[in-house]
Amino acid sequence: MKSKDRFNLAQWVMETAKKCGASEAAVSLNNRREIEIEYRDKQLDKVKESVENSLNLDIYADQKYSSHTTCDLRKETLKSFIDEAVRSTRYLSKDEFRTLPDPALYPKNLERDLKIRDSVYESVDSKKRVALTAEIESAAMKQSDKIISTTSSYVDMINHQIRMHSNGFQGEVAATLFGMGAEVTVDDGQGGRPEDYFYARTRYFSDLPSAGQIGEWAAQRALRKIGQDKIESGKYTMLVENRAGSRLIGMMRGPITARALQQKQSYLEGMLDKPVASEKLTVIDDPGLERGLGSRLFDGEGIASNYRVIIDKGVLKTYLIDNYYGRKLGMAPNSGSVSNLVFEYGDKSQEELIRDIEKGILITGFIGGNSNSTTGDFSFGIMGMLIENGAVVKPVNEMNISGNAKEFWKQLTAVGNDPYPYSSQKLPSLVFEDVNFSGL
Amino acid sequence: MKPSMTRRDFMKRSSQTMIAAATIPYFLKSEQARAFAVPDPNNMTLNDVYAHFGISEGHIRDIMSEALSQGGDYCDVFFQHNIYNVIGLEDKAVNRAYTEVGLGVGIRVLKGDQTGYSFTEELTPKAMKLAAKTAAAIASEGKSMPPQALKLHETPDYYPIETPWEQVGIDEKIPFLQTINDKVFALDKRIIKSNIYFINDSSTILIATSDGRVAYDYQPMSRIYVSCTAEQDNQRESNSFDLAGRRGIGFYSPETVDRLASEAVRRTVSLFEAIKPEAGEMPVVLAAGSSGILLHEAIGHGMEADFNRKKVSIFSDKIDKPVAEKFVSIVDDGTNPYIRGSLNIDDEANDTEKTYLVENGILRSYLHDRISAQHYGVKPTGNGRRESFRHPVQPRMRNTYMENGPHTMEEIIGHVDKGLYAETFTNGEVYIGAGDFTFYVKSGALIEGGKITRPVKDVNIIGNGPEVLKNIIMVGNDMKMAEGGWTCGKNGQGVPVSMGLPTVLVSGITVGGVNA
Repeated sequence: MKSKDRFNLAQWVMETAKKCGASEAAVSLNNRREIEIEYRDKQLDKVKESVENSLNLDIYADQKYSSHTTCDLRKETLKSFIDEAVRSTRYLSKDEFRTLPDPALYPKNLERDLKIRDSVYESVDSKKRVALTAEIESAAMKQSDKIISTTSSYVDMINHQIRMHSNGFQGEVAATLFGMGAEVTVDDGQGGRPEDYFYARTRYFSDLPSAGQIGEWAAQRALRKIGQDKIESGKYTMLVENRAGSRLIGMMRGPITARALQQKQSYLEGMLDKPVASEKLTVIDDPGLERGLGSRLFDGEGIASNYRVIIDKGVLKTYLIDNYYGRKLGMAPNSGSVSNLVFEYGDKSQEELIRDIEKGILITGFIGGNSNSTTGDFSFGIMGMLIENGAVVKPVNEMNISGNAKEFWKQLTAVGNDPYPYSSQKLPSLVFEDVNFSGL
Repeated sequence: MKPSMTRRDFMKRSSQTMIAAATIPYFLKSEQARAFAVPDPNNMTLNDVYAHFGISEGHIRDIMSEALSQGGDYCDVFFQHNIYNVIGLEDKAVNRAYTEVGLGVGIRVLKGDQTGYSFTEELTPKAMKLAAKTAAAIASEGKSMPPQALKLHETPDYYPIETPWEQVGIDEKIPFLQTINDKVFALDKRIIKSNIYFINDSSTILIATSDGRVAYDYQPMSRIYVSCTAEQDNQRESNSFDLAGRRGIGFYSPETVDRLASEAVRRTVSLFEAIKPEAGEMPVVLAAGSSGILLHEAIGHGMEADFNRKKVSIFSDKIDKPVAEKFVSIVDDGTNPYIRGSLNIDDEANDTEKTYLVENGILRSYLHDRISAQHYGVKPTGNGRRESFRHPVQPRMRNTYMENGPHTMEEIIGHVDKGLYAETFTNGEVYIGAGDFTFYVKSGALIEGGKITRPVKDVNIIGNGPEVLKNIIMVGNDMKMAEGGWTCGKNGQGVPVSMGLPTVLVSGITVGGVNA
């Protein structure tokens, strides 16, 4: 379907919803083409190729709200689908806060090119994809004869979305995504088969690391886990690798949403303009980053995405306020979700930060665990490397960290100069003092 | 996008964050609803199902001929019509509804262990043949084999449903949420917020294989989820309770509704007294029921045969070896009536069964799909599952539980001088090569001097699969299945599962906590 046809279909859906009795409606149409391959043992293991369509319709009927998704875009079935959706909405309770966003919140300028669609996409063919995965596997296998298995993978996709609201908003997004990676399993000689992975995702093909590099990184990560074991429980300095930190930032993302505040499930209620972390932490929502995985001009409600500082030197500067919960709380909506997260970076690399640590643990990954958004309590499983006298000495695993986010973020003493490039959250290395580790 | 590159298989108790992602309506028993109606599951014939998808055996044979045209050894087609409904109560009113409809066919071609996969949401002969051609390309040489004539494979019914969900109107569901909400607020003055969701879905599937089998099924699922936030002395706590299964609306009796309210409240307010245990290794008693998450993570994933075929599981060389005490028997079962992970037929038309992972302490069988069964030269165990027609099959768990042992719950708790009693859980994760697994204890209690004393909350437990199996030193006689809505994630695909456990004592495992 061409862009114009999508807008025409969306227009028809909106008009049909209104004819059926909706007072307002928002329609989005998504089309995604995706190719995914996995390669192991010098041959293709899996090839998956697909085109997916979905239509989402939000209905506002006299302050009653419902949301509906279907992949069946035939007009004859859509007609009944929409009619049924509107009729069923009437059974719900009225909710005065349910309405489309104020048009003043929609973006003024939709012309800006965020460079999230790579024209190279059309020229990547299946031979090239297979060759890349073969190269990744071979680069990984070369690293050691202790490697039992390497599965390499390649994925690319192109996504077209259009969005149309009955109070005037129209927006369109076309974005590409490329991903390459490998997971490697090694024999530790003791019956264990430690594994690790490296996986990069980018908007532009040329931003991916080389296939050889990916294979080597994945293999080295798995190999350094050989001999991993738990150590004594205690309070240790914790250095969190840049790619692993998103689990920690995740503990704050829920509690700063308007929903959490309104539903009284936020340990950060009442903390606006107050310190919630050490002054080393500055977190910025930056939707305008060119080629960014989270870059966007508007969010899932059509609200303009603006550059905003969320935490400034430890002080909470804004909550994330979506349209519905903003109205419920009497707060001005400013987008209830984040785009790219960038940070104020330090001046030391991971290696330099390690040199500063007398005794501590470098966290290379979290496993399981959870956090409680109402209280801030958390507990996560970890894997990583023991640091003694400024040097990495051995791998550790099967340990937990525990604490409460209120105090925990104040224990942040340093951040690295190393933003992780393959995520919408460009986290640096993070150093925390006196973290509760449980092991032996 | 789906993190297809990570093997960090996880499981979680579905919460509203998942629900929010979802969203058709067969809300009303109206004339219009017939547009989405599925054949009456209690009288459904193969011809009804063909008619529902607008296809015939001839269409399927054409698709298969195309799929095998490049030299594939085998192919199957999976038609699915899924209807998912959620209604939600917040701030004392049922003021939101989400629905989602999926309709399509997935086509899979196998060449040895290799898989070619494609799907289409357009059930036209042209679109289906194009998808078949795409999947066919996994093979590039070999003779093309014509598919065999289809013969209906009869299936049992582990989840008969009196009234199919398509015949239950939104107006019949709304009162359940309002009743539960009233009860929640009446039970305890400290409750300040409650969110309640009624979720139901049904899937009509048809599977046909190039070796001549055709089967169909109607798969109902439902769940009521209740979360509460309570406040006491400027302290707030939140918790939740849910009941789920392949159930019809008749399951939600007045007693069940009472339990949903009272248990959600009890679990929330009990957290006010809860503390964190000391950090470190200690004996852990797992309460009967959803503690089966231990089995799911410690052994279940590691026994999925794809990981073993690739030699990446810590269990890869342990079949027929002792892995636990003689009183330990662990099964993965697809045949438990009405339980969330049960299936009348798996997603590649193989019968489900009760499969012993561990029998009297000896490691017995992997969990197989077609590829791995062929690889090992064994009969498939009925574990071939997929999230939807958009995904290829993988070996997956169904309901994983431990059979009863020789001890009583009292003996087990009495045996522990200082340890943790783990009762409710939210999620778990495993690295299947190293065997490291974790699960998160939402609530439990300390055991001191053989008695349960103070409640504890929010601690993660981490262990190593084979080690922990060896360290199971007592097994109770009170096996219970989990009742909540568990979803297991693997390579970006989520499938409903359940698990169960009698009261079990693990002699030592690392508990997250605080250091003095």
